[in-house]
Amino acid sequence: MADRSFEVSRLPGFAFTAVTVFLALYLPIFTLVFFSFNAGSVLSVWQGWSLRWYVEAWQNDVVKGAAMRSLLIAASASAIATTLATMAAIGTTRRRRFRGQTAIYAFINQPLMVPEIVTAVALLIFFGVIKSWTGYQGLGYLILAHSAFCVPFAYLPIRARLEGMDLSLETAAADLYASPWQAFRHVTLPLLAPGIAAGAMLAFVISLDDVVITEFVKSAGQDTLPTYMLGQLRRTLTPEVNAISTALLVLTVLLLTAFFLVNRKKD
Amino acid sequence: MSPPPRLSEAEDRQRRAATRNGWLLSAPALVLLFIAASGPLLIVLVYSFLTPGKYGDVSWEFSTSGWVGILFSRDIFDDTLKLADAHLTIFWRSVKLSLLTTAITFALGFPTAWFIATRPPKARALWLFLITIPFWTNLLIRTFAITEIIRNEGILNKVLLAIGVIAAPLRIMNTDTAVLIGMAYVYLPLMVLPLFAAIDRFDMRLLEAGYDLYASRMQVLRHVILPIVRPGIVAGSILVFVPSLGAYVTPRVLGGGKNMMIGNFIELQFGQGRNWPLGAALSIALLIVVMLAMLIYVRAATKEDTPHG
Repeated sequence: MADRSFEVSRLPGFAFTAVTVFLALYLPIFTLVFFSFNAGSVLSVWQGWSLRWYVEAWQNDVVKGAAMRSLLIAASASAIATTLATMAAIGTTRRRRFRGQTAIYAFINQPLMVPEIVTAVALLIFFGVIKSWTGYQGLGYLILAHSAFCVPFAYLPIRARLEGMDLSLETAAADLYASPWQAFRHVTLPLLAPGIAAGAMLAFVISLDDVVITEFVKSAGQDTLPTYMLGQLRRTLTPEVNAISTALLVLTVLLLTAFFLVNRKKD
Repeated sequence: MSPPPRLSEAEDRQRRAATRNGWLLSAPALVLLFIAASGPLLIVLVYSFLTPGKYGDVSWEFSTSGWVGILFSRDIFDDTLKLADAHLTIFWRSVKLSLLTTAITFALGFPTAWFIATRPPKARALWLFLITIPFWTNLLIRTFAITEIIRNEGILNKVLLAIGVIAAPLRIMNTDTAVLIGMAYVYLPLMVLPLFAAIDRFDMRLLEAGYDLYASRMQVLRHVILPIVRPGIVAGSILVFVPSLGAYVTPRVLGGGKNMMIGNFIELQFGQGRNWPLGAALSIALLIVVMLAMLIYVRAATKEDTPHG
């Protein structure tokens, strides 16, 4: 048994499968990005590098409107969801356990468990009634819906951060006659900031990505970028959609990288 | 002078304050979720027991036609009920494709998760980041991306034609196969992440013990690794199966109009189908199936907390 130099954790074919999976995961995305720089209008025939489709998307007022709407909804929903999630996370972690805590936890995470299409149908019916009662057709419905399904995504990283934080600092602040508000403002909040930033970024990405609920809740002329792209499928698909996809992709990757950098600092 | 409050009394007061503050701080989030997520589900339940309106919506008369309509259709001529084959085809397709998606993502995801978990720490963070990017990338964009590969003029056909494996392009788009490939592609990260979490906690010394006892690699895999990482397998399977069953975007983009799954079928009832009660009943039914799957998951996960052997 002199030559027992094999790696115990190695399993035959696993590394090969894994590398193939990573290639298969990224090949389609790279293809999409690549063809967004295609000069020609035929999707799969390469006709040289060009920013033509980015310019066309940028000059298309419908696309610009959808982009602004997407960003506005994502920013509002992320702000609302993160604020409420921060309060709830503090309410459910920085104290002794209390009755109903598990119920609150389950209720907050409920959007993660209900199929999106079911929530979409429910909101279609509910907001439809409200729309006909009040006559209000604005973006408020979309912001409300997005805020709700973003809450768990904001809540989870904030809660995780709080659970990793030492309670003794707040106790020390209280011993030094800080009011609960002062202790929160000057001790808890600064320590919690990375968690809040992480939660806000995830909520923003999740809102930006949503298709199904937006598709059902939006009123006429309220397309976001994803619903606009879905609508384009009925007509002939142009590389313009690739250009918009690439732009969204870059935004997502930037936010995620920021998220990971923020999260890594805590170690 | 009154005696100081007994300790238990003070403790009791503290506990009540904690409960009150906990609920107060959580209240805004709970109210928002009730208005724009959970509460409207109750309205769906009510709508599932109403009569379809002529031009969509409902008329407020009690009826079980929505629920009956899930499985049966009424003959236009003699008004008898018979099994609605078209509906059964859609349900069967949804269940079949969801199970296949779960199986495929497991077969590919397990080696991938194992590979990531056995890298040195620095490389591991990078691989993990690489699996996380698709996870957070827009599902619609990823569906478009896979379209680039499997279209008639897509990369796959070009490569296969070029190396002479096939004589004519494979027509994959607008078939069940396209939907299956698409769902496996978009949901794979949901399988890999929980599997990774389980494998990451796995004690590799157990493998040495297995090999020292002359177990083969297959035996070690079957009798040591798989039983221990089971919670991760269950979690990954549920995380893939549940959104597959309710999938809407992927079958719509890749399946064309014909290869509907339950999600598209529900949408149809609120659009051209003009049968809101049926759509509502289908939604509630889907919700119940998903909740049952979750229940199985919770049970399997808690059972696993007891120590092994």
